[in-house]
Amino acid sequence: MIVDKQGSPLSSADNLSPDTRHGMILYVEDVSVSFDGFKALNDLNLYIGDGELRCLIGANGAGKTTLMDVITGKTRPDKGKVSFGQQIDLLELDESEIARAGIGRKFQKPTVFEALSVFENIELSLSGDKGIWTSLFHKLSGEQKDKIDEVLKTIGLEPERNYPAGRLSHGQKQWLEIGMLLAAEPRLLLVDEPVTGMTTQETERTAELLTSLAGKHSVVVVEHDMAFVRSIARKVTVLHQGTVLAEGSMDEVQANKDVREVYLGEEQD
Amino acid sequence: MLRLLPLLLLFVMSFNASAAVGETQQSVLPALVEQLPNTKLNKMALLIEQIAATSTPQVSDILQPLMDGDLYYLKANKRVVSVFKNQQKQYELTDVLTAEVLPAVSKSAIKKVRTNNRLRGQIRDLLANLDLTNADADTRIAALKQLLDNPNQAGLSAVNKLIKSEKDDDARELMSVILLLDQLETGTISEKLSAAKQLGDRLEPTVKNALVKELDRFSTESTSNDSTSTDNDSSSAEAKELKTVLTNAIDSIEQQASVFSLAENLFFGLSLGSVLLLAAIGLAITFGVMGVINMAHGEMMMLGAYTTYVIQQTFPNLIEYSLLMAVPAAFLVSGFVGVLIERGVIRFLKGRPLETLLATFGISLILQQLVRSVFSPLNRQVEAPQWMSGSLEINPILSLTYNRLYIILFALMVFFSLLMILKNSSLGLHVRAVSQNRDMARALSVKSSWVDAITFGLGSGIAGVAGVALSQLTNVGPNLGQAYIIDSFLVVVFGGVGNLWGTLVAAMTMGTFNKILEPSMGPVLANIIVLVSLVLFIQKRPKGLFPQKGRAAE
Amino acid sequence: MKNLLNSPSVNNITKKMSSLHFVIAILFVSTLYVTVCNLMFAEGSLLHVSDYTVSLLGKYLCYALLALAVDLVWGYCGILSLGHGAFFALGGYAMGMYLMRQIGDRGVYGNPELPDFMVFLNWTELPWYWAGSDNALVMILLVFAGPGLLAYIFGMLAFRSRVSGVYLSIMTQAMTYALLLSFFRNEMGFGGNNGLTDFKEIFGFSLQSPDTKLALFIATAVMLAIGYAISHFIVNSKMGRVVTAIRDAENRVRFAGYKPEHYKVWIFVVSAMLAGVAGALYVPQVGIINPGEFSPLNSIEIVIWVAIGGRGTLYGALIGAIVVSYAKTRFTAIMPEAWLFGLGGLFVLVTLLLPKGLAGLVINLMDKIESSSNKQTASSNSKPTTASKIETAAEKK
Repeated sequence: MIVDKQGSPLSSADNLSPDTRHGMILYVEDVSVSFDGFKALNDLNLYIGDGELRCLIGANGAGKTTLMDVITGKTRPDKGKVSFGQQIDLLELDESEIARAGIGRKFQKPTVFEALSVFENIELSLSGDKGIWTSLFHKLSGEQKDKIDEVLKTIGLEPERNYPAGRLSHGQKQWLEIGMLLAAEPRLLLVDEPVTGMTTQETERTAELLTSLAGKHSVVVVEHDMAFVRSIARKVTVLHQGTVLAEGSMDEVQANKDVREVYLGEEQD
Repeated sequence: MLRLLPLLLLFVMSFNASAAVGETQQSVLPALVEQLPNTKLNKMALLIEQIAATSTPQVSDILQPLMDGDLYYLKANKRVVSVFKNQQKQYELTDVLTAEVLPAVSKSAIKKVRTNNRLRGQIRDLLANLDLTNADADTRIAALKQLLDNPNQAGLSAVNKLIKSEKDDDARELMSVILLLDQLETGTISEKLSAAKQLGDRLEPTVKNALVKELDRFSTESTSNDSTSTDNDSSSAEAKELKTVLTNAIDSIEQQASVFSLAENLFFGLSLGSVLLLAAIGLAITFGVMGVINMAHGEMMMLGAYTTYVIQQTFPNLIEYSLLMAVPAAFLVSGFVGVLIERGVIRFLKGRPLETLLATFGISLILQQLVRSVFSPLNRQVEAPQWMSGSLEINPILSLTYNRLYIILFALMVFFSLLMILKNSSLGLHVRAVSQNRDMARALSVKSSWVDAITFGLGSGIAGVAGVALSQLTNVGPNLGQAYIIDSFLVVVFGGVGNLWGTLVAAMTMGTFNKILEPSMGPVLANIIVLVSLVLFIQKRPKGLFPQKGRAAE
Repeated sequence: MKNLLNSPSVNNITKKMSSLHFVIAILFVSTLYVTVCNLMFAEGSLLHVSDYTVSLLGKYLCYALLALAVDLVWGYCGILSLGHGAFFALGGYAMGMYLMRQIGDRGVYGNPELPDFMVFLNWTELPWYWAGSDNALVMILLVFAGPGLLAYIFGMLAFRSRVSGVYLSIMTQAMTYALLLSFFRNEMGFGGNNGLTDFKEIFGFSLQSPDTKLALFIATAVMLAIGYAISHFIVNSKMGRVVTAIRDAENRVRFAGYKPEHYKVWIFVVSAMLAGVAGALYVPQVGIINPGEFSPLNSIEIVIWVAIGGRGTLYGALIGAIVVSYAKTRFTAIMPEAWLFGLGGLFVLVTLLLPKGLAGLVINLMDKIESSSNKQTASSNSKPTTASKIETAAEKK
């Protein structure tokens, strides 16, 4: 289960950059995952373009979170191929290596380092060497401080910079986690239900932020909130029972016969 | 008194046979006994023979004390008595003919009936052979076994005569073994050959010893013969054959012996496994199902063991039933304490497993000290009822002790009743509901706090029941529980948390593994190796043998 | 609690003087005081500190160092080790082996090479792992390497397989239990049941002499100060923040590109070495090391020191170790029966009522006083209180 060997394909940070000459940053091909006979993912295929903003929707158990788990190395698929760019085989890396390769993930439940201050949360997420000895003797450079300040500004948590993260509101924690992702400067962001527990105002700001991120980063958003999806989505992928049911613009997807069949009643409101 | 016990038993046994004994012999005996005080040592052998030949029930009452030097006669009236020196240094007398107890006297009033070593040897054989004709088959078999280990001429000739009329299969088999052994020792080479061939499947240690002895003697003889004389071809060929037959017979015996010793280790392993199962099964409930780390679990067992002790102290006349009473009592005592702990401490630490661990560890210290203060720090003696002692003999080298057998049965009984409770009762349904999704269960109006308390009580109660069983195997002292806590946690984790069947398999595996290692490396090292390999295993597979899979397990 | 959020205050004391300087200053002053009072004032004088007290205090300081080690892994990294007594004991045995060899031919059997217990077992030569044990440098190396290696192997296995939480605690307990059983065996070559004892001298100085005792006490204080400084450096570096982050959200750390298992192994090894040093200093001061030090109860007692002092604060560990050990000395002398009741009660009460320990209690109190005086000046930009940090950590756990 744990792929942690010497001579890992990622020996130095220079090799981490994904090869996106074909315009695609993520390839998920024929991936299947089963738990105790239950097929969470079933021959799933998904391609994310470089700089694209993609929304993933689907009912509970459709396989959204499992897909995220597979991409970030938390779950190993039974079969299939997952690669970052053309050359980085994600199935050979563990979670931390995948993160360093440039894939950031925001959890469904906001997960921040509660005992540390907002500033320190961002600090730990900065890209760079994550080895033990570097950490032990690390001093923040001026550049890095500026970067943190910039992130704090982006997520609007500047006034709370020295607060322990554990005391932030739910919405603020969501923002902080997004900020932590930004600090890591990932090429691909996986964002699981970012607006749960947010006020309408906060949701709007999140939508703004995510759309502004696209282009420089590739973003995959999993969300239940259809209004939110509509407000940001250019391309939507519908998952159903572990496979892709439909893909296209929001309107196309909503018009899709299969989708209507599956979601009839659920999406009518 | 203890020395008299075998005599008494002999008396009771021989009494059964008395019906078969003719009147005539009955009347001869007093006359013979009367001669005892006056007979010279050189005529004694004959007299003893005659007494034995009467085959009356009193024979052993006379000969046994004679052999032990406890046969006296009263100087006053030449009445022959057996003597027992009591603690007041007085001599208690029993008339050997009537079994009438006479008033105790001082040493000067009696005189010993004289014997010597030769006579004592004769009596020993006579006594042993006396039982060969006993009406009770078990007594005959016991006597035959005795004869097998200490062969003598009288016995052999008796067996030779009796083998035709013997009805009991086991006894007849033993008889033939005795005769074959004799044949092996004293017969011609061809007789030896046939004896060795037939003895190859006997497991009695004596048989193997005799075969080995024969082989040894044979090899030394043949080597010394080789150099000096040239034997004729036929006998040397036979000799060679005998050698191989002997070797084969020994090999086959050893092979069977190793199979049975493996079986014995397996049995020991299963019984240790059952102890582990008993210890772990309560934990499988509190830790496995509820997720509560109860470091005082071992002390729940200790309480169960002390409950057994208290019950035996309260009803000293009912030792035979004490365990039956202790099981429900221990369940209630430990279960009650468990509920107290849950209500008083654990429920305030919900979702903080490490704190729960520390707090319950504190409770375990308090309980230990409590027991120390109340019962003293020394180990208490818990008695074993009669029906727990003894063993089930399967063959001469494999016998299963009853206490271990009962523990295995008991552990399985507890296991399956628990399984039934969890599976079929409404409590079980609630427990499983709460353990799988507390909020949902609460939403469905399951009183989760009530379920917690009862579940914890159930787990603790089972630990108490385990304590009753443990009281039969180990010392009952304040540290009883400590010895088991690490093992039982490992069993639960090894089997896969939340999986009762896993706990069963894990406990049995651990027990057997331990006992199979034990003969070659001693108990401590075996224990260490089991511990270390478990730690390694769990680090390789943190979720144990039978992990719960899927999203729910995350 | 929530209102603190709106009125965070500056903790003046911690701002002016970091806890590092404060603790080292206190250590220095009290060591100086004990030294002066031991040497300058005659016996019978009111100010005299007896040799016995010096040794006792030295023992407490060893415990304090041990508690520091446990706090480092438990308080900061969330690894509840119930087996740190094993590292302590291994360090102690490394020192014990050296002291054993220093006895030379003054043992009962007068064998210049072999310790008495080996002669008694009819051994004719030293086992290979005793090679070089009469060399002080080898001993010092072993004090670090023994516990460090065990921690490394155990940590690599456990943390790589992501064994954590209660499982890990049970594993560590099983580890020390297995060692306990092993060291009881005569065949291990560490004196079996009786352990190593009857030491005569250390580095050529008699262990019976009061001066040596005082020197050992001072050495312990110095090592404690060094250990404290190292721990302080670690927890205040980025390393410390990563470790704290691992305690609170290990997965998040992993997805941020760190390898938590490496950090955990590292801090576990450092902590084990600190514990080993504590054990090595302990042995010459009490004059014996035996397998009892491996008993699971010992290890769990260390945890309660840290819990009572306040985990997640380094000085809390020191306070806890010294306070509880002192209480134990007093109680076991007055009414030994009550000690286990007391200790057990402490476990329950502290976890139920004082999750942040004494340190948390004090900080909370100070914060409350300050926050009431600083209410007007409080701005949202000020530093959060130490208490609130710990509080969040405690809530999280």
